[in-house]
Amino acid sequence: MLMRHTPKEIPERKALTVNPAKTCQPIGAMYASLGIHGCLPHSHGSQGCYAYHRSCLTRHYKEPVLAATSSFTEGASVFGGQANLLQAINNIFTVYDPAVIAVHTTCLSETIGDDIPQIFAKAENEGKIPDGKYVLHANTPSYVGTHVTGFANMTKAMVDYFATANGHKEKCVNLIPGWVEPSDMKEIKRIAFEMGVKSILFPDTENVLNGPQTGKFTMYPKGGVTIDQLKKTGSSRGTIALGRLASGPAAKALDAKCKVPCEILDLPIGLKATDRFVDALRKMAGVTVPDSLNLERGQMLDIITDMQAYLYHKKVALVGDPDQLEALTEFLIDIDMLPVHIITGTRDKKFEQRIQELTADLPCKVNVKSGYGADMFHFHQLIKNEPVDLMFGNTYVKYISRDEDIPFIRFGFPIMDRIGHSYFPTVGYQGGMRLLEKILDALMDRQDRDSSEIEFDLVM
Amino acid sequence: MASISILKGREKQIYQKGSQDFDMSCDKKSLAGSISQRACVFCGSRVVLYPIADALHLIHGPIGCASYTWDIRGSLSSGPQLHRMSFSTDLQERDIIFGGEKKLTNALDTLIDQYKPKAAFVYATCIVGLIGDDIDAICKKMSEEKGIPVLPVHSEGFKGTKKDGYKAACDAMANIVGTGSIKDISPLSINIMGEFNIAGEAWVIRDYYERMGLEVVSVFTGDGRVENIKRSHGAALNVVQCSGSMLHLAQHMQEKYGIPYIRVSYFGIEDMSKALYDVAEHFQDIDPEVLPRTQALVREEVKKIHPVLKQYKKKLHGKKAAIYVGGAFKAFSMIKALRTLGMDVVLAGSQTGTKEDYQVLKDMCDDGTVIVDDANPVELSKYSIEKKVSLFVGGVKERPMAFKLGIGFCDHNHERKLSLAGYSGMINFAREVYASVTSPVWQFAPQRNQ
Repeated sequence: MLMRHTPKEIPERKALTVNPAKTCQPIGAMYASLGIHGCLPHSHGSQGCYAYHRSCLTRHYKEPVLAATSSFTEGASVFGGQANLLQAINNIFTVYDPAVIAVHTTCLSETIGDDIPQIFAKAENEGKIPDGKYVLHANTPSYVGTHVTGFANMTKAMVDYFATANGHKEKCVNLIPGWVEPSDMKEIKRIAFEMGVKSILFPDTENVLNGPQTGKFTMYPKGGVTIDQLKKTGSSRGTIALGRLASGPAAKALDAKCKVPCEILDLPIGLKATDRFVDALRKMAGVTVPDSLNLERGQMLDIITDMQAYLYHKKVALVGDPDQLEALTEFLIDIDMLPVHIITGTRDKKFEQRIQELTADLPCKVNVKSGYGADMFHFHQLIKNEPVDLMFGNTYVKYISRDEDIPFIRFGFPIMDRIGHSYFPTVGYQGGMRLLEKILDALMDRQDRDSSEIEFDLVM
Repeated sequence: MASISILKGREKQIYQKGSQDFDMSCDKKSLAGSISQRACVFCGSRVVLYPIADALHLIHGPIGCASYTWDIRGSLSSGPQLHRMSFSTDLQERDIIFGGEKKLTNALDTLIDQYKPKAAFVYATCIVGLIGDDIDAICKKMSEEKGIPVLPVHSEGFKGTKKDGYKAACDAMANIVGTGSIKDISPLSINIMGEFNIAGEAWVIRDYYERMGLEVVSVFTGDGRVENIKRSHGAALNVVQCSGSMLHLAQHMQEKYGIPYIRVSYFGIEDMSKALYDVAEHFQDIDPEVLPRTQALVREEVKKIHPVLKQYKKKLHGKKAAIYVGGAFKAFSMIKALRTLGMDVVLAGSQTGTKEDYQVLKDMCDDGTVIVDDANPVELSKYSIEKKVSLFVGGVKERPMAFKLGIGFCDHNHERKLSLAGYSGMINFAREVYASVTSPVWQFAPQRNQ
């Protein structure tokens, strides 16, 4: 019992997070930055932060994750990090030659109050930013928000720095995918392509964090949204932002800055959310839904129909990020499952409200919690008090899965002990089918394992 | 591969043997803007103290520092698992403004009552150093109230390098060394230091020493227990592996308790045997039978693995390897171990080597070998390709780089799943190297096809 330290009783906790269901802003900013073509993320702080972020992303994606650091020491922490950042910008452009440097702050540089735009201006004046090269930044103090906020802030920074309105509207739709896997970003682009919609997706980590084996070490893999594309987002006819928390701020900024109208939708996980995404694309681009997508939708529906009996009222516990959980909850309810414990470490009042609305008609009590005290420890306690048939969450849920003997589907970030997430989507109809396969595999493997020799059955 | 520029100011941290005078620059902080593979002070403290399984490890700071170090090291415990939990004060913006002291006190109060740990370590992260929470005073107060050692670990990330974190960890442990009873400890006794029980390696090593007739008082810190650390000053000898992390404590124990120490390595037949013989020699005067027992042990173990190694050597002979590890001492052992397998090391480097370390490395290496200090992936990949290596030995951040290049890989850091120490470890190492270097996948890799 690895988690034997988790008691069943749920005491009041004031000053403590145990086994967090979240991590800090900068890693989200780093992930988003990697979705710009030719970008080197830069961590403005001490070396440890960026080393941890690189290691964590490397463990999740099994890809080289490059970033640079300001290498703060005591001197920088007392006198400010300007000299470090100026030197870093110079070094990076001279030696590593990226198209763009995406700077994010850490709790250290935030607290000493480094003014990044002012340092950028100084770098510009001193000729440290070569012609045709770019810098951008996001403020990501670790003691505010979580990795989700960091992703949102860096994505918004892409708009703040680059989006420009050229005076007329192009027939193009901006797509902001939210914090999803490279495979999901690819699927979102594919859906738009199937519908004949010209789109700009940002950030875009496809081919950056699921790249091929090439025999070469490439600092800047082929994927990623280009700066030219980011500039053009200001002239698109509209924006569809997927995931309220991770993509909403960028979409709103684009509307405010360039008058590009936006629709903020759920991540297209599951049937209804994908329908809404496809419909929004249809309306915004003025196209019709092609047969190819209708076929995929029908197939997904067919699987649900065929397998109803196995899904009926199975209890599920979910832990992860708000955008993912809202969509996933809706999907699970639609396939007749019962999400009973829903936990996210990212504080968000609207999340709790939304989950309550979604689960209002369920024939059981639903526990939902976000922010402080909503950690894996609490998640485990809820499960101890009311066991479930299936759990969704990142790799760390495996401890609970083992202790409580409950099947578990890896979903979210980080996943350090399985592959597939960066190659196969969970969004769209295709992703929905994959999710269904995972759910049914978990439940039916369990049934096979638990059934007696008498009950054991060939056809299920 | 086209030539790459080397960061200005780093030229002297790269040396190719035979090509120029040896004047290696090292032991300096990474340049701003570098893609260093290094980490911070907190990281150093955390990895050293982490394996103490019956202690509470509370990280005082925003959530990231706790999240990224949650059960990441792979150090095994034969008993308690408290070290595998992630406890954090999870500082928020208002705590940064008003201070986190109250929160820390509350957290310690709750956790110590709930888990009854044998000791508590409180790690100060970057921000705590900056806002100036007096963690020393809080720890002292909690210690008195709860009757267990509550130890501050001054591991503010920006205060230096990972090495400084090792020192902070040693300082914290030095506070409990000497507080336990040393009655009944054998005169033939040692502490195993700088062994973290990754994949159960401490158990392998401990078994060897016990077969030599020695008592192991404490392992710092693999499968560690607070009680054992408290009485570790009763040991007759400190045997230090991973000197970077533990030398500081060994020196402290020598000064304060008069315990001598020796430096060893457990990787490869050569170094493993030397370690046991060196320890045996130390006890020769007290018990002349230790040496013959050790000889018998080494003979028996080597005999077991020799024929298997011979098979691997046949297949690996002449293949080239690159090594990039944290501590330089490990690089020495790796070179010897790879030579046992018939391989040539053409690139060797570390994150934290000293001038003396690099001198040793230079003397060990063949002409043409590239030696690097605090390298980045660009340099590592450049030399790996130029030197046509078939194997890269490194850690988490080097693995995908090697694989992208079509090069076999062996993790010699936190993520090894098989014990690589000792004689049995040598077989595991040989098997892993062989499997990776000769994997059929490389026939499809573009680099190998050229």
